[in-house]
Amino acid sequence: MTQTISKSGLSDLRSKDEIRAERRKGRTGIYLVAPGLLVLALFFALPVVVLLAMSLYVKPPGAEIGEFVPGFEIGNYMTVLSAYWPELLRSFWFALIATVLALLIGFPMAYLVAVRLREKPLLQGILLVLLIAPFFSSFILRTQAWKQILADEGFIAQALKFVAILPADGHLTATPFAVVAGLTYNFLPFMVLPIYANLGRLDTRLLEAAGDLYASPMNSFFRITLPMSAPGIFAGTLLTFIPAAGDYVNSALLGNNRNTTMIGQVIDSRFFKVIDYPGAAALSFVLMVSILVLVTIYIRRFGTKELM
Amino acid sequence: MNANLAPTLPETRTSGADLELRGITKRFAEFVAVKDLDLLVPSGTFFALLGPSGCGKSTTLRMIAGLEAPSEGSISIGGEDVTSLPSHKRPVNTVFQSYALFPHMSVLENVAFGLKRKKDPEAMAKAQAGLEMVELAHLANRKPAQLSGGQQQRVALARALVNRPQVLLLDEPLGALDMKLRRQMQLELKTIQTEVGLTFIHVTHDQEEAMTMADTVAVMNEGRIEQMGPPRELYELPRTAFVANFLGKSNLMRGEVTGKRAGLLEVDVAGHSVLLPEDRAVQTSGQVVVGVRPEKITIDRTSSGAAHNELSGTVIDVSFTGTTTEYLVDVPGIGRIGTFSQNRGQQPAAVGDTVYLYWEADYSFGLAGDERMDAGVEQ
Amino acid sequence: MKLGRWFVPVVGGLAFVYLLVPIVYIFVFSFNDAGRTNLEWRGFTWDNWANPCGAPAVCESLANSLQVGIVATLIATALGTCIALGLVRYKFRFRKLTDVLIILPLATPEVVLGASLLAQFLNLGWELGYWTIVIAHTVFCMSFVIVTVRARVSSLDPRLEEAAADLYASPRLAFWKVTFPLLLPGIVAAALLSFAMSFDDFIITNFNSGNFQTFPKFIYVSATRGIPAQANMIGSAMFIVALLVVIIGQIISYRKKKQLEKV
Ligand SMILES: Nc1ncnc2c1ncn2[C@@H]1O[C@H](COP(=O)(O)OP(=O)(O)OP(=O)(O)O)[C@@H](O)[C@H]1O
Ligand SMILES: [Mg+2]
Repeated sequence: MTQTISKSGLSDLRSKDEIRAERRKGRTGIYLVAPGLLVLALFFALPVVVLLAMSLYVKPPGAEIGEFVPGFEIGNYMTVLSAYWPELLRSFWFALIATVLALLIGFPMAYLVAVRLREKPLLQGILLVLLIAPFFSSFILRTQAWKQILADEGFIAQALKFVAILPADGHLTATPFAVVAGLTYNFLPFMVLPIYANLGRLDTRLLEAAGDLYASPMNSFFRITLPMSAPGIFAGTLLTFIPAAGDYVNSALLGNNRNTTMIGQVIDSRFFKVIDYPGAAALSFVLMVSILVLVTIYIRRFGTKELM
Repeated sequence: MNANLAPTLPETRTSGADLELRGITKRFAEFVAVKDLDLLVPSGTFFALLGPSGCGKSTTLRMIAGLEAPSEGSISIGGEDVTSLPSHKRPVNTVFQSYALFPHMSVLENVAFGLKRKKDPEAMAKAQAGLEMVELAHLANRKPAQLSGGQQQRVALARALVNRPQVLLLDEPLGALDMKLRRQMQLELKTIQTEVGLTFIHVTHDQEEAMTMADTVAVMNEGRIEQMGPPRELYELPRTAFVANFLGKSNLMRGEVTGKRAGLLEVDVAGHSVLLPEDRAVQTSGQVVVGVRPEKITIDRTSSGAAHNELSGTVIDVSFTGTTTEYLVDVPGIGRIGTFSQNRGQQPAAVGDTVYLYWEADYSFGLAGDERMDAGVEQ
Repeated sequence: MKLGRWFVPVVGGLAFVYLLVPIVYIFVFSFNDAGRTNLEWRGFTWDNWANPCGAPAVCESLANSLQVGIVATLIATALGTCIALGLVRYKFRFRKLTDVLIILPLATPEVVLGASLLAQFLNLGWELGYWTIVIAHTVFCMSFVIVTVRARVSSLDPRLEEAAADLYASPRLAFWKVTFPLLLPGIVAAALLSFAMSFDDFIITNFNSGNFQTFPKFIYVSATRGIPAQANMIGSAMFIVALLVVIIGQIISYRKKKQLEKV
């Protein structure tokens, strides 16, 4: 038996076997997480720091395009924010609408597959595959397909014009509508899958019990099904909102005009077309922090521990 | 601790091994789950560890199996110190409370698991034989999820037994079964243990199970062994209020020793004189607690006329259970005394009747005077 | 009640149609005798299916994407599974920090991940190409793997490992005989998800690939000039392969279940 005084000041009364067992567990734990954590530290945490540093770089007088030196130019943030705050707000706005739409469309899908088709595993399996398989057909290809389906010469636009829902000179593409529809479409599986996973565990006997206790179907939906699937909805909304806010493929392919530009597009063009690294970095950082703030508020308000 | 008073352990058989725990303590942070436990289980014993929930039974088993390291003390099996030996090197197998069958393996593969790890060339044949022993050979190819609770339990038992461990640990293996299956499995377990002669450590909180199956019963409470010994001895002569109340029921009365004669203590209990054999008392002077089991008491409408060991009171509750009628009698100055009588056609006493309660002095037992009289009473 | 009865299947069903419309479109136009631009229907042909590598760079970019996807998935799955195991089963210091480090990439939009990695690579002076993409994909796939596998690990009864140890299996054997087989479905699911995400990723790739062409990048770049019909063919073929793989898997497990029920 060893008796040592541990750091906390409490007397450490563990035996050598206990200490050894604990050390072994600790060591195995470290071995298991260390390689992955190293990768995350080197290629996620460190890059974010580098990005932060880069956002403060300054352009020396008379420098060539793309030449910057380390500095501490907070003004970079003022410059990009004053120029691009509309795009930033629009990104969040579009992402929010797309998330709500995806939830409204996705919940019935998840419910259909997870609960209604529980007794039909084959059909359930096929629909589940249909949710995942689109990933493999390339989302840019699908977005491009939407562009062509919704094109001015396309069947849908023509039909809408024929019944005069769409004015003769109206467009479906190059509109905020098209961009939001594209975002909704592309991130729908991210909404459905977590909800599906949650509803899959829903015990339908609970609903029967509720019905037995005189709850109307509406009532038992809002009192049981919805609260029980809350963690799934929570995860789904985050998994939809976050990538949607940063996306620029949809706005580039389906929008591509001044009133659909999203912040991702701006960051991309700052980086690659304008070669304004500090500006692009500052915008990226602003985007990251605003999302973290929004997500934190959201988690505080509605969060379950389950996600973390 | 009164453990030193009790155990006279029965004759040993071969093939199992002695298990000895010396000064075992287990702490989880500040909480002490097992306190300074000493235990010697001779080989071939069916040993039952009995106690209320949370008293440290599983923790004790886990330390024997090597799944948890003790904070103090040492464990030896067959004379060899295994305290620092990892679980997979100990000649011990466990039947887990939740069975812990491997869900991805068939029943047969489950049973053969330990044998294969030991590189037994006849693993499969022995596993098959093990399944035959528990009468499940026909289900060898099923997955555990396709078995009933009782069948799973038997697979868990076979999986542990085929390895012929020197010590077999059973952590409430019958807890999940219904009454009928439980009785049947108890018989089977006892038969198997007698056949193979292994050392069984059986944890349970069913006192009847412990008493019918075990050679030795240890009653555990708050991390300590209160008392251990053969079931009958534990029942007839409890040494603490906890054991007296936890194992069956007892009537306990506080009194003062007023004299001794011919090996008997005379105790004054609220004005009544109660006699108690001196060798059945933990403490022989001052304040003591006198106990008597309900079935030892005769309930009568007329006094026995004896000067000792008789109380009188008013019946406050009568309940008919079929073979017996149970009474609760309020004795002034003492409190409630429970007893019962066999239903042999006599007119039962009714609530409000005055009755006499008497018993033979040899049935009394004496506990320390500072005991809490309600220790171990089940709610 | 009536409302709920038809509401769910109808809305759910329509949503599935919505999900499949562009895929059907891609599929149909993979048979278009398109010539240079695949924008309008010019007549049916088998050519694109007979000769998928007909258009320049289509197959090359597909091969690149597959390769990156497989390598990144292998690395991310291995590292992520280890982390998930370590997080659930073992105690060590810096847990909080570890949790943050795992969750943050999930809460970071792809542009930011891409941009920060680009900043890092620029800083290190690394040339953008195959390995920088593999690294980038590994990072964002890993968090998904961890979250998926961790759920599986925490639903695994720790008693099973103890039972294995009790039955003479060393920690290593207990892992390979008991823990790993039970985690395998979760690991496979995580790997598939990871591959799908990598294969389909455009934004992060676009930041970190330099001149290295991946399939999504190829399509994005050629979108302005017109996407060759061969790309539609490949998109459709990938979709069908994925569909078949999962359906066959399902049928096998369904059969197995049926067979077990008979025993
Ligand atoms: N790993 C642990 N960490 C902290 N406390 C623990 C741990 N394991 C057990 N304990 C505590 O130790 C005490 C004894 O637990 P143990 O499982 O041995 O009880 P038990 O007698 O088997 O009870 P039951 O009959 O309910 O199974 C309990 O109070 C329990 O909360
Ligand atoms: Mg227990």
